[in-house]
Amino acid sequence: MSATMEKGVRVLKEVIDAPIASYFSSCVHCGICAEACLFYTETGDPKYTPIHKLEPLRRIYEQEYTLLGRLKKMVGLSKPVTDAELGEWQELVYNSCTLCGRCSAVCPVGNDIVYMVRKMREGMSASGNAPVGIKGAVNRTITIGSPMGVKLPAVKAQMKHVEEDYGLPIPLDAEGAEYMVMLSSMEIINFPEYLGAIAKIMDQAGKTWTLCSTAFEATNAGMQIGNSDLAKVLVSRIVDGAEKLKVKTVISPECGHAYTALRWEGANLIGRPFTFEVKHIIEVLGEFQEQGLLKTEGFETDKLTFHDPCQLARRGGVIKQQRNLMNMVAKNFVEMPDAGYMNWCCGGGGGASAIEEGEELRIEAFKKKKSQLDAVKPDRLVTACANCRIVLEEGLEHYQMDIPVVGLTEMIAEHIPEKGA
Amino acid sequence: MNEMQLLTWARGTGLDFAVGIFLLGVLWRLIEIYSLGRKKDLSAARQAAGASGWHTIFRRSVPAEGMLKKSPVSYIGGYTFHIGLAICVFLFAPHIKLIQSLTGLSWPGLPSQFVDLIAVVTIAAMVVVLVDRINKPVKRYLSTFQDWFTWTLTFLPVLTGWMAVQHLLLPYTTMLAIHILSVELLLVFLPFTKLFHAFTVFGSRWYIGTVNGHKGVAV
Ligand code: SF4
Ligand code: SF4
Repeated sequence: MSATMEKGVRVLKEVIDAPIASYFSSCVHCGICAEACLFYTETGDPKYTPIHKLEPLRRIYEQEYTLLGRLKKMVGLSKPVTDAELGEWQELVYNSCTLCGRCSAVCPVGNDIVYMVRKMREGMSASGNAPVGIKGAVNRTITIGSPMGVKLPAVKAQMKHVEEDYGLPIPLDAEGAEYMVMLSSMEIINFPEYLGAIAKIMDQAGKTWTLCSTAFEATNAGMQIGNSDLAKVLVSRIVDGAEKLKVKTVISPECGHAYTALRWEGANLIGRPFTFEVKHIIEVLGEFQEQGLLKTEGFETDKLTFHDPCQLARRGGVIKQQRNLMNMVAKNFVEMPDAGYMNWCCGGGGGASAIEEGEELRIEAFKKKKSQLDAVKPDRLVTACANCRIVLEEGLEHYQMDIPVVGLTEMIAEHIPEKGA
Repeated sequence: MNEMQLLTWARGTGLDFAVGIFLLGVLWRLIEIYSLGRKKDLSAARQAAGASGWHTIFRRSVPAEGMLKKSPVSYIGGYTFHIGLAICVFLFAPHIKLIQSLTGLSWPGLPSQFVDLIAVVTIAAMVVVLVDRINKPVKRYLSTFQDWFTWTLTFLPVLTGWMAVQHLLLPYTTMLAIHILSVELLLVFLPFTKLFHAFTVFGSRWYIGTVNGHKGVAV
């Protein structure tokens, strides 16, 4: 066994805890999780059954932590997990899993399958079996500061543009601000309107806010690839920045995994509770709306629907806010089947969208989203995740569906009355 | 050994042995699993009404939104045979008597004809889920020796119990002995196979419910 493989197996052993042991012991092979996974429903290939994606981890559990398994191993009756096998599993653990958590939502015995996939990725990455696409994103985030290679000067240039366009200041490193706003590279490059939207919203609400020069990138490729050490480095940057600027709340951008990484994994990665709060921008907008700090005028009149990012809704518990916000500015807001808690993934979450080899499968899986959209035939599709947005746009283009995709925060901001008008 | 001796052995030594392995096995497996522990979640909790481990223990007995339609045989067949098994095991008068003799606890049973009917329904449901396991690509793909073996272990006691009561095929005493032996086999294997979900299902649901409860997701 090579040294990296040895490390991989050791890591796989280490990640097994009581919940995982309980889950593996509870599985009755009913296959219901398959029906919840878009990679199975759209391909019909049983190898995409969620619990099957964990087979190597299950065997390690059995061989290392159960009496019978240990006996079997002693007398040479068990099949050891090999490097080749983990290599084969790469497609199952990364390309065909977006960590969307639908499987965990339906398993009748309560197995949190996505929790286990996340843990299994730790061993995959330690044994060198993670896909190159995500590896590249991780390297860029560690060395340059963002997965798409965006550096501070690019952010500053963006800030300047927005300040000119909107006539509002974009504070940088303002100590003692209430909110520290995070971005995702995707927003810096593709959706600069987001920053302008924040400026307008904060200005109207009368809140102080700031960007941070040492921590502007919120996405966490370390978490996606399954390397907690790297994920920790990335989270620490944000924690250091937030504590240095003494902000009360860090706002996670319209990016699902950035939210999960910061809101739920962050404190566990650095090993202590945060001294500030973490909120998704949609949560903040929801609060402003409730407190009467968000006032809009006018309505969108075309038919709109909302795509719930998995990490925000199912995995993050933010479900009502986006609907209240939609209704605030849209006259004709319709829900897709399964919207909300059980919404189907765009097909590119969890780092999957960074995997080039996975594109064909992703397009195949997009048929699920297509069928949801076909059911309501919206004029435009609204969402709250920059990654969903890119993946949705790719899928829509492939299937020649003419449905523009918009970010909710920007749409809300467009309805904020101009000052003095 | 004639059938009477076989029955005596099954009721005496055999039962003691099987119950012993069962109890020790369950205890061992529970310790083996739950002593692994888990790390404390350091992220700030977001409370929400109706979201907790306890809620999930109950709620997961109900199919998730839209799933009943996708997997009707698993759900309806599954419900039927689980409830059927529970009725046959715990509400059949002779079983209650046996439990009383072992533990002193007792409760009213159901009329024997009714339990009889339930046994037939249970047998039918089990055959249906077996056929489903053979027919459905996903289930067949997931199935290993254990799945067929544990199905048999669960099926035999129901079948032989019903046949004993109906005086079918073999003399009552022989069939009863076989019935008891099949139950003993089930007891011995339960802790070490997927049948152990009978215990861990509560732990698993509790864990996932706690995680979701922490995030304020009511499921
Ligand atoms: S739904 Fe749950 S019990 Fe059924 S096969 Fe999947 S993990 Fe196992
Ligand atoms: S998390 Fe989503 S993509 Fe991954 S296995 Fe489960 S259902 Fe499939």
